[in-house]
Amino acid sequence: MTRKLAYVQAFNEAVRQEMQADPDVFCAGEDIGAFGGVFGTYAGLQSEFGEQRVVDTPISEQAIIGLGLGAAVNGLRPIVDIMFMDFIAVAFDQIINQAAKIKYMFGGAATVPLTITTGGGGGLSAAAQHSQSLEALLCHIPGLKVVHPSTPYDMKGLMTACIREDNPTIMVKHKRLLGMKGEVPEEQYEIPLGTAKVTREGSDVTVVAWGRMANEALDVAERLAADGIEVEVIDPRTLQPLDVETIVESVRKTNRAVIVHEAVRFGGLGAEVAAQIQEHAFDHLDAPVGRVAAPFSPVPFSPALEQHYLPSAERITDGIRQALARPGL
Amino acid sequence: MNISTEVQLDLHLRMVRIRLFEEAAGKLAESNRLPGFLHLYVGQEAVAAGVCGALTDDDQITSTHRGHGHLVAKGGEFDRMMAELMGKSTGYCKGKGGSMHISSLEVGMLGANGIVGAGSPIAVGAGFANKYRGQGRVSAAFFGDGATNIGAFHEAVNMAAALQLPTVFVCENNEYGEFTRRDQTMKVDDIVDRAAGYGIPGVIVDGMDVVAVHQAASEAVERARRGEGPSLIEAKTYRFYNHHGVQNLGLKYRTDDEVATWKERDPIFTFEERIVDAGGVTREQIEQVWADQRAAIDAAIEFAEESPLPHADQVTEDVYTLREVVS
Repeated sequence: MTRKLAYVQAFNEAVRQEMQADPDVFCAGEDIGAFGGVFGTYAGLQSEFGEQRVVDTPISEQAIIGLGLGAAVNGLRPIVDIMFMDFIAVAFDQIINQAAKIKYMFGGAATVPLTITTGGGGGLSAAAQHSQSLEALLCHIPGLKVVHPSTPYDMKGLMTACIREDNPTIMVKHKRLLGMKGEVPEEQYEIPLGTAKVTREGSDVTVVAWGRMANEALDVAERLAADGIEVEVIDPRTLQPLDVETIVESVRKTNRAVIVHEAVRFGGLGAEVAAQIQEHAFDHLDAPVGRVAAPFSPVPFSPALEQHYLPSAERITDGIRQALARPGL
Repeated sequence: MNISTEVQLDLHLRMVRIRLFEEAAGKLAESNRLPGFLHLYVGQEAVAAGVCGALTDDDQITSTHRGHGHLVAKGGEFDRMMAELMGKSTGYCKGKGGSMHISSLEVGMLGANGIVGAGSPIAVGAGFANKYRGQGRVSAAFFGDGATNIGAFHEAVNMAAALQLPTVFVCENNEYGEFTRRDQTMKVDDIVDRAAGYGIPGVIVDGMDVVAVHQAASEAVERARRGEGPSLIEAKTYRFYNHHGVQNLGLKYRTDDEVATWKERDPIFTFEERIVDAGGVTREQIEQVWADQRAAIDAAIEFAEESPLPHADQVTEDVYTLREVVS
């Protein structure tokens, strides 16, 4: 396996191959057709599959979700794009009150094989309405699944799984990872939703991180190894459902845990992960579960400010050292 | 009347069934035998009956918080509907939806909805799938006058127009958004004026006249089926009960005279006079319809009351569709 693809290409290839395999798959969203999507995520698909299967829509987030939902209930496998994760807020009713609940409200009669793709994350000076990481809001809603890959390999396998998934699933593409290159097999493959990956084994502390932070945490772990600190890094990859078992198993071994995410700390998904760890591994913990995340503010515009907003290698390192500072039992 | 006796009887039956179901539900609610909220459709029967009478079994509808009438008109069965209203496991939604989310995919009813305006985007999606597959199937979205003030309506109609989808938008203008008069919430006299803003045809019909509704709906449905895109029907109608429940809440948001005037135009009784006068249907036939359907309602109530309540295990079932992953 030597072929390398960018994260964005891995996404595109997953969509293309599944569209080739399954005529029920179609895409709809703003600027995804002729233009190929604002970050080129849907590039070339309309010319291959035509306007009926790669649909340019009005700027109407509620109706875009509704389009996908109604079509999914009728047996198609829609992929609908919400350009930026922040715009999810515009479509919240259709996602939270409709798509997530229609199966349950109908007593199980409806099936909703709907994939919602969106660009999340900061680091582009895109400011408060184009940079958020809103995964905690979505993970809180029963009926939804939430996926956030950190590598091209995971992107292709998870996106393929999302399209084949029979529940409304939100695929969060991290905008800063679009150009990241990595090995990606040419053939189709699936990474089952809800399976975490131990991206680095270590014995001293467990770091749980997703999206771009999974890669940042891995870099920090490599650097700390030079100081004799062995960090185990876990990327959950799917945030709902969360692979609690893999995380807890790791913490039982390392006895310490730090969670890193781009979203604001208060009420972030890190709080849930910390709660799960203390519920399932309380007797194994040598230190409070640490959290490295954004401060409680909107995402600022200026690079001078945003660099202090997003967790940096330095802050992640500090968080890990803090967890290690308490003596073990 | 340019509809056959068969169609007359079909439309009449749909309306009688709605009326009896709703009156029965109201009585059950008054005696505290139904949990939750109850939005009754009485008075508006001609709209659901006229539109659903113009649809095939395979066509689909989305509905509103006032949705029982739509499900009855689309072919919903009394027993499973009544069981759902009582929160029983034999209900259409196994007791998980209730009045506000009552649905049956089997008969093409994609759900009542607790969110005003939210059904229309779903009808657009259903319409997209029908066009995509070239099935010649049509979707119809029911919504009230109040829903035309919410963003989802605008997005849905514009999307359907832009993509030329086989979707019919049916506004049931009953002149009140909950307890507020319509003219206090918009500056147009007719909802249908809004159709022009989307570049689609719009037509006003007397929503108390099932023949008029049926005719307008038939034209809109056939247009959609021919691939000529969506259109808007505004049916001017009235709800005889309050926004919620059957009790007089003591809120004088409508005058007694106004309610009485509309009741004189009762969509069922006026239609019965017309079809009897036209000579195709007898009084005896009509009385038989009422008697048969009353018996069906009584049986449905008995079925619902004797049905088991859902088990506690059911709380967390049906949240997700489970799939076997082949690795």
